[in-house]
Amino acid sequence: MNNARNIKHLYARAGFGIRFEDLHDHENWSVKKAVRKLFKASENQEPITILTENLDLRHPVTDAEKAKSKDDSYKQGIDLNNTWLKQLSETDAQVREKMTLFWHNHFACICGNVFYSQQINNIERANALGNFKTLLLQVSQTPGMLLFLTNQQNQKGHPNENFARELMELFTLGRGHYTEQDVKESARAFTGWAYSTKNAEYTFTPRVHDDGIKTFMGQSANFCGEDIIDMIVAKKQTAIFICSKLYRFFVNDVPDMGHVNQMADVFYNANYEIKPLLEYVFTADWFYDDKNIGNLIKSPIDLLVGLNRQFYVSYQNPMVLIQFQRTLGQELFHPPNVAGWPGGKSWIDSSTLMYRMKIPSTILNAGVIDFTGKANPEDEAYLAFEKKQQLNVIKKVQAQPDWDKFLKEMPADTTREQMAEFMLEPPINSTTLYEVQNAPDIKTAVIQIISTPEYQLC
Amino acid sequence: MRRRDFLRNTALASGALMIPAFLKPFEAFAASDISGYKNLVIIQLSGGNDGLNTIIPFGNDIYYQKRKTIAINQPDIIKLDDMQGLNPNLSALKEIYDQGWMSIINSVGYPNPDRSHFRSMDIWQTASDSNQFLSTGWIGRYLDSNCQNCTNPYTAIEVDDTLSYAMKGAKLKGIAVQDPNKLYQTTREPFFKDLVHEHDNVNLNEDNLGYLYKTMIETYSSADYIQQTTKTYNVGCDYPQTNLGGQLKMVSKFINSGLQTRVYYVSLSGFDTHVGQQNQQGRQLKIYGDAVAAFIKDLKQTGKLDDTLVMTFSEFGRRVEQNASNGTDHGTANNVMIFGGKLKKAGIYNNAPDLSQLDNGDLKYQIDFRDVYATLLDKWLNVNNSLILNRNFAGLNFV
Repeated sequence: MNNARNIKHLYARAGFGIRFEDLHDHENWSVKKAVRKLFKASENQEPITILTENLDLRHPVTDAEKAKSKDDSYKQGIDLNNTWLKQLSETDAQVREKMTLFWHNHFACICGNVFYSQQINNIERANALGNFKTLLLQVSQTPGMLLFLTNQQNQKGHPNENFARELMELFTLGRGHYTEQDVKESARAFTGWAYSTKNAEYTFTPRVHDDGIKTFMGQSANFCGEDIIDMIVAKKQTAIFICSKLYRFFVNDVPDMGHVNQMADVFYNANYEIKPLLEYVFTADWFYDDKNIGNLIKSPIDLLVGLNRQFYVSYQNPMVLIQFQRTLGQELFHPPNVAGWPGGKSWIDSSTLMYRMKIPSTILNAGVIDFTGKANPEDEAYLAFEKKQQLNVIKKVQAQPDWDKFLKEMPADTTREQMAEFMLEPPINSTTLYEVQNAPDIKTAVIQIISTPEYQLC
Repeated sequence: MRRRDFLRNTALASGALMIPAFLKPFEAFAASDISGYKNLVIIQLSGGNDGLNTIIPFGNDIYYQKRKTIAINQPDIIKLDDMQGLNPNLSALKEIYDQGWMSIINSVGYPNPDRSHFRSMDIWQTASDSNQFLSTGWIGRYLDSNCQNCTNPYTAIEVDDTLSYAMKGAKLKGIAVQDPNKLYQTTREPFFKDLVHEHDNVNLNEDNLGYLYKTMIETYSSADYIQQTTKTYNVGCDYPQTNLGGQLKMVSKFINSGLQTRVYYVSLSGFDTHVGQQNQQGRQLKIYGDAVAAFIKDLKQTGKLDDTLVMTFSEFGRRVEQNASNGTDHGTANNVMIFGGKLKKAGIYNNAPDLSQLDNGDLKYQIDFRDVYATLLDKWLNVNNSLILNRNFAGLNFV
């Protein structure tokens, strides 16, 4: 067994990849030690605080004020996106940020208020490695989620089932593990969960809460929302559902139910503590099986963040990064729907694959792009307002990689084959090897290595 | 060894064996297959087009009562019957309408409508129920279904730089082609070319790496096929100098050069008119109407109009009552416009929207959008709609 390969695999999955000098330094660490170090580095958490104003509290009156609010909201969206992407690219708390990304997809939410998105993101980060039940309850009670899943409209006598349904279908149990009756009855328990439109804080409104008897999963009582969440989490199925999603995220597109059940045992017995579960996965023998190495398709964010980290890229115009995200099909804070990005093979179509293979050279070689990606639906109001037909296209990538730093980390006697082995998770094929060995210079060789189908995998 | 030698040598080993398998389908088509090849062109208006100011129910007083400052004045409306007429910015479509090449379906929507742009667009693109989440698009599922000749990505082309959700299936996806020449050049960069021709057979396994290589090779050969098939055809008609005009001109080039494509997809943004609607929507409608009229006339001239069906939709209509900013807010049901040379029912397909029986200030839908899709699937693309829409829809009679 090749220890360096295992360490590299661990960093590719638990984080966003490893740098050459770090691998050189850690290659004799045991997996256990590396996992310990990774979690140690993730004890730190940096909340995102770039946005300070909740625009929903502004209440513009005149057209000019409304225009200003729209414009500010648009800019807030860009700021928030860029801030998180920068943090992902620079943080040492890799496991925490990677898990924040997992929860970002799990609790997919677009509520039209960027300030609320920042708030949810910070809750996901704070609890990323903590307790799932705490995380679930906190996210469920944010203005963003209450707004998004229309629980403001969920009132006694007029239940709105939106939240209750998504809670079970997408956040905890998965389809087929609850009945329509369970949705109806639990929706009544969540009546009165709301937020104040004055200060945007969670508030329980007894006046609209249904305090009758509800029959949920075979039990009858005057349940409140918290009771329902307790009962759902008490079901082992919740642990199985979350673990199979984590398995697909960290291990393999095709869940091995034996491994998933082992994970669910650990998770359930640890009362839904996330860290022990992840430690179990990252130290399991099967995590390092050949078939689980170099076989996952990187998400667009994994790809961009990996490049940024490996080459210390700085961007003069951060809009370029948003264009990249849109073009590749994953714009942070804009999941396609409440089910999140489906991931896996769905990341790849003819266009996204060609862009994935071209983008590295544009970033690393002062390139020009002529694609912008689609405006997200929330941008439409902004476009109409600004009387534009499409978003401005930034053509010059204007990125500054730090080649010197990258190359300095490589010992002078590193062969090009070793470089390719280091940068690619799957085995290198003979064509790539030939091209790389015959590239006119080292930079061309590196760009070729990362412009391959193999580089799309981690 | 020079690269050329390397290429020549290894071509014997892998390229010669592997590539023809992927290229073969293109050569297999006989020219006779091309005639009578039916195309569907989908035009998406993004942002929620205000259908009531597009096809205007001027015969209903409620329209004028609810829209004091943004209603279109009667004399300006291009009247189609006693009740409904075209927005004056759609004047180019009058001729098309009079020829019997246009059908207007009123009040199209779905139960429990969602007023969020992204969710409602998602519902239209995936053809889901309003409380259901699908991770594939309806055209994508059409590609996945066992339709003939669907195995190549160019069976569905989006004239854009990225692919919409609607075009992504679980197994197969369409291809985004903004400019065939550019796509061709991109795929012919020497490094990519070598990757395509010189990969190891093992790379074509069923795993993710195999999927990536397969997609790369299909893109490579599709780019070649599209470029070779279309490069000599020049569109003979004038199109307006707008993005949409350019996109539809490209679709015309694709159709007329005989590309084996069943579905084309284009979109036009800028319809989210909360503020100062008349100017903004007017501008967008003019872009739309002029481009579509040019496209339809072009296809008529080239004899392809009978083989082409165009559908225009938007993710929702807007509220019946205007807002305080001379605009309209997100609504529900909307009109869908169909164009083609062989419409069974041209003109206005069904009753104008009922402005008196509203649901919370919004139009009630009369026709499920999936009945429109079902019609296109059953009667135009010749595939049983229940395979794609997950249950059977009765469909309509416009074709």
